[in-house]
Amino acid sequence: MQAGFRTGVMVLMVASLLWGASISWAGDRGMQLLQQQCVSCHNLAGPAPATLSELWQRKGPDLFYAGNKYRQAWLESWLQQPKRIRPAGMFYIDHIKPGTKRDVIDPSTLSGHVKLKADDAKAVAAALVQLKGNTKLIKAETHRADISPGPLGEMMFDKIYGCMACHEIEPGYGGLSGPELYTAGKRLQPEFMLSYIRSPQAWDPKIWMPNKHVPDDNMQKLVNYIIALSEENFDE
Amino acid sequence: MNRYLSIAILCLSFVLAIPAQAETAANNYRTYCMQCHGLKGNGMGLNIRDMSVQPRDHTDAKSMGGRSDAELFKVIKEGGLAINKSALMPPWGDVFSDAEIQDLVKYLRKLCQCSHEG
Repeated sequence: MQAGFRTGVMVLMVASLLWGASISWAGDRGMQLLQQQCVSCHNLAGPAPATLSELWQRKGPDLFYAGNKYRQAWLESWLQQPKRIRPAGMFYIDHIKPGTKRDVIDPSTLSGHVKLKADDAKAVAAALVQLKGNTKLIKAETHRADISPGPLGEMMFDKIYGCMACHEIEPGYGGLSGPELYTAGKRLQPEFMLSYIRSPQAWDPKIWMPNKHVPDDNMQKLVNYIIALSEENFDE
Repeated sequence: MNRYLSIAILCLSFVLAIPAQAETAANNYRTYCMQCHGLKGNGMGLNIRDMSVQPRDHTDAKSMGGRSDAELFKVIKEGGLAINKSALMPPWGDVFSDAEIQDLVKYLRKLCQCSHEG
């Protein structure tokens, strides 16, 4: 009985060591992939652009705070099946042209994201969550899942704060110069959303998202509204 | 010793006094305003499709002439609600310095080729 117990403990120890090693291996391999394949479009070390000319040259989202921004499961899945998140690309001006009723997206200027195999996606996601820039900003936030947006959620989004001016809350409804928000709840950590709404410029000094000075309670409602939106699975 | 202290204070004051780099009005307009007011400044921006209130046409001398420079400054800095207009026009006070907003007001006057008719 005792020998069986000992063997069990040994098996568990070996298994946990192997599991730990596999995580670390995935992270190391992921970091290698990041350095080889991603660094030409993504900033892995910071800081964010401090001038407009730097901002205009940015090819992909900054990733030096990816571990404080994204959900790991989403990263792993998206990297295998990348879909456009910013309808008008990274800097909208580079991807629009005058149309008859309004400026329109010029799809010929947009290019897709590289697609990774499952094991590479897993390794890269594991490496990305280790990039923890701006942790101080995240630690200042506490997500309150219990503050329900109720029927005010959409009204705040559309009318009170006007977020829909630049963001879509469902495919085909809303603005196009910012990232779609109907998938944001699956993509982003709640504390990141709170912090970014509190001060977009604290994360990205030159970004074209304004600070609407949303009070704390309403910020929680907006974030919970965004999370609820993502549960409608508009993207599937 | 006092001389070294003075030099140190002088150096420090330079470091502390470096402001964020001011951008030109044209570059600020291109980055922040064109998303709604359009590549041509005519209010036909990329984002307007579902807006309940359409953005101002900055090339319209008549309507732009109805706003004073102080009102334009206020609406850029504090947003549409500050002058009883739409919340869809956001406050840009956290992005632009006052000097940059003043430059933007001048830039708008060039776009509309107008001045305040008040």
